[in-house]
Amino acid sequence: MSGRSGERRRSDWRSRLAQAFILLSVGALIWFLVDTTVANLQARGISTGFGFLWRVTSLPIPNTWLAYTAGVSTYGRAIAIGFLNTITVSVVVIVLATVLGTIIGVARLSSSWLMSRAAGAYVEAMRNVPVLLHLLFWYQLLLKLPGPRRAFNPVTGVFISNRGVRYPSLEMDTALVWTLLALVAGAVLAGFLARANRLHGERTGQGRRVWPLVLLAIMVPPLAAWQLTNASLTIVLPEFVGFDIRGGSAMTPELAALVIGLTTYASAFVAEIVRAGIQGVPRGQREAAGALGLRKTPTLRLVVLPQALRIIVPPMTSEYLGIIKNSSLAVAVGYPDLVAVVNSMMSDTGQAIEGVAIIMLAFLAISLAVSLFMNWYNAHVALTAR
Amino acid sequence: MSDLASPSLPARRPPPKQGPWAWAAKNLFGSAGATIATLGSAAIIGSVLYWFLEWAVLRAVWTLPGATIADTEACRATGVGACWALIGEKHRFILLGLYPYDQQWRPAVCIAVFLVLYLVSTDRRLWNRRLAVIWVLGLAAIWILMRGGVLGLAPVSEDLWGGLPVTLALATFGIALAFPLAIMVALGRMSSNRTVRFICLIYVELIRGVPLISVLFMASVMFPLFLPDGITVSKLLRAQVAIIIFAAAYLSETIRGGLQSVDKRQIEAADALGFGYWTKMGLVVIPQALRLVLPPIVSLCIAFFKNTSLVMIIGIFDLLNAAKRSVAEPAWQGFGTEAYLFVALIYFVFCFALSRYGQSLEKRLDGSR
Repeated sequence: MSGRSGERRRSDWRSRLAQAFILLSVGALIWFLVDTTVANLQARGISTGFGFLWRVTSLPIPNTWLAYTAGVSTYGRAIAIGFLNTITVSVVVIVLATVLGTIIGVARLSSSWLMSRAAGAYVEAMRNVPVLLHLLFWYQLLLKLPGPRRAFNPVTGVFISNRGVRYPSLEMDTALVWTLLALVAGAVLAGFLARANRLHGERTGQGRRVWPLVLLAIMVPPLAAWQLTNASLTIVLPEFVGFDIRGGSAMTPELAALVIGLTTYASAFVAEIVRAGIQGVPRGQREAAGALGLRKTPTLRLVVLPQALRIIVPPMTSEYLGIIKNSSLAVAVGYPDLVAVVNSMMSDTGQAIEGVAIIMLAFLAISLAVSLFMNWYNAHVALTAR
Repeated sequence: MSDLASPSLPARRPPPKQGPWAWAAKNLFGSAGATIATLGSAAIIGSVLYWFLEWAVLRAVWTLPGATIADTEACRATGVGACWALIGEKHRFILLGLYPYDQQWRPAVCIAVFLVLYLVSTDRRLWNRRLAVIWVLGLAAIWILMRGGVLGLAPVSEDLWGGLPVTLALATFGIALAFPLAIMVALGRMSSNRTVRFICLIYVELIRGVPLISVLFMASVMFPLFLPDGITVSKLLRAQVAIIIFAAAYLSETIRGGLQSVDKRQIEAADALGFGYWTKMGLVVIPQALRLVLPPIVSLCIAFFKNTSLVMIIGIFDLLNAAKRSVAEPAWQGFGTEAYLFVALIYFVFCFALSRYGQSLEKRLDGSR
């Protein structure tokens, strides 16, 4: 007894010693690095700290969410714009890649040999090539398009040229905010109605027809608000002015290449995830639904998809995180995302440590937020034992 | 009785139909939906293929008399398709970079050595110490061939290295050197020592939470600040270190999954035999864990191979960067499509072969379990 506890005490003591030793050596390493870095920075005359965020910058940034003027705005503002651009690109690509990838993943399972093989060929061709190559390929292709004077005009109001894509824009009155708010309120109300109905159905086993009410809840408040505030909403079509196309909204070739390249790359991975998810639902489930007399659509909606989602959500989370991280390749095609802006800032000011820290913190924050949301969603779709 | 005894012909199915028509009826036109899908995809494939073949073959320019702007004008005429003359002119530049022209057999041999190393590694009979010896010898030969300075080889500066050897070296050295680090980190994350566990956790989650490009920026702009005066590390080596650090974080998570799924009784048996920690891990646990996670490790290798292309953003002359620069001079401007398709094909061949190998490995490991 005593020998054994003595041995445990000794190993306990030894492990404490080991921990202290490791902590000390890590601390010494960090101290050494900080010490040499500070000496190097002083030797090169670079100031440390985040004071530069309030200094005026002359970085040129087109197409911004926040008001920005080169030579007047600060580095802090430029970096905030870059962060918003990163999020915009990520959201757009996640939506497009999910839609395209789901279509291709389902096509991969088609009973038609030709369609499933074509989808398979698309997946293999897209995912076995570096994502950066996708971006550079589309970028040079978009720059080779004819100039604005000979721009493609596939649909009225859409012009595609080597200056990017121009499409109709919505000119909004500020009073339209009330309409949007009313729309949100209506949607929340509709959600409550649908939920109350579902609970009622689960309690009593009686379904009620609720969709006309839900539709009314979504439609009426915004329409009423629109009429009351008399807000105006006009569609502005781009048109030729001299040698250029003016008006409407514009998507630069850089943004277009980034969105197309990231989408074609990510859609191949999304397709494989969707395919694996649908194939992962046991055949017996579908057959059992058929034996219970369910038709094809309810079988898919009530039996197959909920189970497939459970398989799909975890790998899809890491794919979405991958898309967000890959959006940092914007720097290679010159789209001003967070990494590109910080990169220019680093070469302007030499404040490399602060720059890399900003990039890392921003991406860690985004990754954490997405993980938390997807975990919540995963818990939502996971099997609930009743 | 007589009913039972009476001879009755056994019910027979019609003989299965064979031949291409029966196959097409079953696999292409099995149902109304399948017929629509087949016809729709045939239309899309047909038009894309026709358009591509017309551009890449029928109207392509295969050779040009020279490489001046006047010569390449022939490729810019309207109605002309792909300009494959670019590849004829620039393939050595894209594949081997700026390496001195008369010495280019050396990087070419290095590519061959890499390929031999990859092929030899697929032979399971060599999965023992011999393979490690072959790898050490092969990598040493590559290092000597590229650098020169010994055995009568002219020394060649790292600034002149480029193209495929750089991509292969970054990927191969990256994965090979990330492996030991990843195993240590995976063991650290399962250690009973809380400090070790915490440090490994921070390392893995920090690296996996940020994009590779930020780690590369760290290596290219931050790392020089960390070093005391007088010590410099070349840009290529710094990028290599960044790739190792990045790859090890991902590898360690996969290996940890393998370590955790090793049968507990194996560990108890090793304890019962009186093995110490390192003997137990090195001879019992790690070999079994690596075997379990070999297929996901192969897919990680594919991802790392593709990701080495990111080093072009910090100005390293890899395969993709070489393709980009091959169309930078005025004579060849505007032929990026051809250059990128050429390197895309190279990346595709490597990644596709690796993924097929991973699939066959998965099947064989499943079969032998």
